[in-house]
Amino acid sequence: MAAASFETPAFREYPSVPALKPDAMAHLQPYVANEKIQEALGLPGKLVDDWHDVAIARMGDLLGKYRGLRVFMDSCVHCGACTDKCHYFIGSADPKNMPVARQELFRSVYRRYFTLPGKLFPKLVGARDLTKDVLDEWFSYFWQCSECRRCSVFCPYGIDTAEVTMAARAVLDTVGYGQKYSNEILGKVTKIGNNLGLPGPALLDTLEGLEEDVKADTGVDVKFPLDVKGAEILLVTPSADFFAEPHIESLIGYGKVFHAAGASWTLSSHASEAGNFGLFTGDYALMKKIATRIRDAALELGVKRIIVGECGHAWRVTYSFWNTLVGLGAGGTDPYAIEFQKQLDPRYPQPMHICEYTWDLIERGVLKFDKSLNDHRTITFHDSCNVARGSRMGDRAGGQFDIPRNIIKAVANNYVDMEAGTIREKTFCCGGGGGVLTDDLLELRVKGALPRMEALKQVADSRNVNFMATICAICKAQFTKVLPYYGFKMGVVGGVHQLVSTAIRLEGQE
Amino acid sequence: MPIIEVAGKSYETDEEGYLVNLNEWNEEVAGYLAQSENVVMTDQHWEVINFLREYYDEFQIAPAVRVLTKAIGKKLGAEKGNSQYLYELFPYGPAKQACKIGGLPKPTGCI
Repeated sequence: MAAASFETPAFREYPSVPALKPDAMAHLQPYVANEKIQEALGLPGKLVDDWHDVAIARMGDLLGKYRGLRVFMDSCVHCGACTDKCHYFIGSADPKNMPVARQELFRSVYRRYFTLPGKLFPKLVGARDLTKDVLDEWFSYFWQCSECRRCSVFCPYGIDTAEVTMAARAVLDTVGYGQKYSNEILGKVTKIGNNLGLPGPALLDTLEGLEEDVKADTGVDVKFPLDVKGAEILLVTPSADFFAEPHIESLIGYGKVFHAAGASWTLSSHASEAGNFGLFTGDYALMKKIATRIRDAALELGVKRIIVGECGHAWRVTYSFWNTLVGLGAGGTDPYAIEFQKQLDPRYPQPMHICEYTWDLIERGVLKFDKSLNDHRTITFHDSCNVARGSRMGDRAGGQFDIPRNIIKAVANNYVDMEAGTIREKTFCCGGGGGVLTDDLLELRVKGALPRMEALKQVADSRNVNFMATICAICKAQFTKVLPYYGFKMGVVGGVHQLVSTAIRLEGQE
Repeated sequence: MPIIEVAGKSYETDEEGYLVNLNEWNEEVAGYLAQSENVVMTDQHWEVINFLREYYDEFQIAPAVRVLTKAIGKKLGAEKGNSQYLYELFPYGPAKQACKIGGLPKPTGCI
């Protein structure tokens, strides 16, 4: 990879609104998906000739289908509350990365084609024709949003800006202007079963290797079962957990927790991915297709429970959207949904987050820990956007914030929170979420990490924090890459279950 | 798609410089790709590349980082069986950079 030619933003003495640098990020676009990638998803291979009409028709389709989108188009009063809440704006100072300005790229076209004043007097109401330049601008700036929804927390009208980004990306896909990174991954997960393209035999080999490693480390036969029919629990986790560092350390942690609980569990080679990039590209049909793979695997294996590993957007999709995607809990009427609902054990939340599962065991005193084994770490927790703002966890409000922190405090002695305005529902995105975790957008990722890096730096300097735990594969990969740009070691980031893995004492452990 | 020329032969790569046709790979191409990555190939680098290619032949995917570190540790000694050693060889990240030089597709996903 050629060295990227951009400057890492300097830490600011007082976090403040940056002086504007118009078009500072106008040069940045991700790679466009090629024909092969597009066509595998049933999308046009390249920009279609009548893209203008196709795009406007698709906009109309989305505005009709999603009432929320139309309300978001009409209700913004340009108050500016969101302007300085976006990590990409803070890190890049490009005014088009202000959430209101990014949405305006779409809203101005909406006004031109879908409102009476815009049709009659476009200039008076800031309505724009959809030109090729506008389309290119969409491709640039709607791929500079991570759909993290921090701006929405501050919007007095509750406009979900991520929905606007998703709509713009859906229109771009429809006219054959897809993003390479996300669409290539969507092709792999729908064909092979995971974002990596990891085939079953490779997965099995990797899991067998893990069993050997854990045995060598602990002397205990911790199993990582695959495709076990009749297992009670199906674990779905991001495929990065099988492949990358530090992700795999959390996978080891899940395995140890299941072992200590004496649980009957399995992974699936058919549904070897929890993540669902259909959310990122705003493609509901694809989202459904990917979610259905998990239902298929659950039906095939006959499991009674589904548990989701450390993956931010996977948890949002399963927790918040599985009702309509796979008919869970919403009285789905297709035969598979009915069978699925009958099969799952109603005594447990379905699906359940791995943190809920572990915390419940901790509360019941099932797990044994030696907290001092984490004493070399002073830990903080980075709330991942899709968990923090797109879901809940457990049976109490704020569970998605408290449960992971409670686990950390149960397995380690040194815990410190980052500054209040940067955590929980106000958490800053890692800078790599929503489909931008790709090398061609590294400049965006580094700049967008600034506010999180500042908050980390503060607790690193004042409280000696040297480990930032998180429960999202994207956050882990993003921080591993960008931490060194800000003077941190890449090993500063890791998973919550990595900490569990360090401290847990298994029966018979050497 | 961009074309690279090595020793009088041309090869197609993708936007990011990964070889498109995996069976066109040879050591000269590897040398060229390494140079474009500012990596000076040594015997240690070749150990990694050769293992990656063998693994890919068997499984149609690059090995997990942990599988790779373990294999290298067995071959070159336990002190080298860690990701820090691999990052010294391939500073942009062993998975992506070594795959590129080895003529394998880029690993994708949340990694």
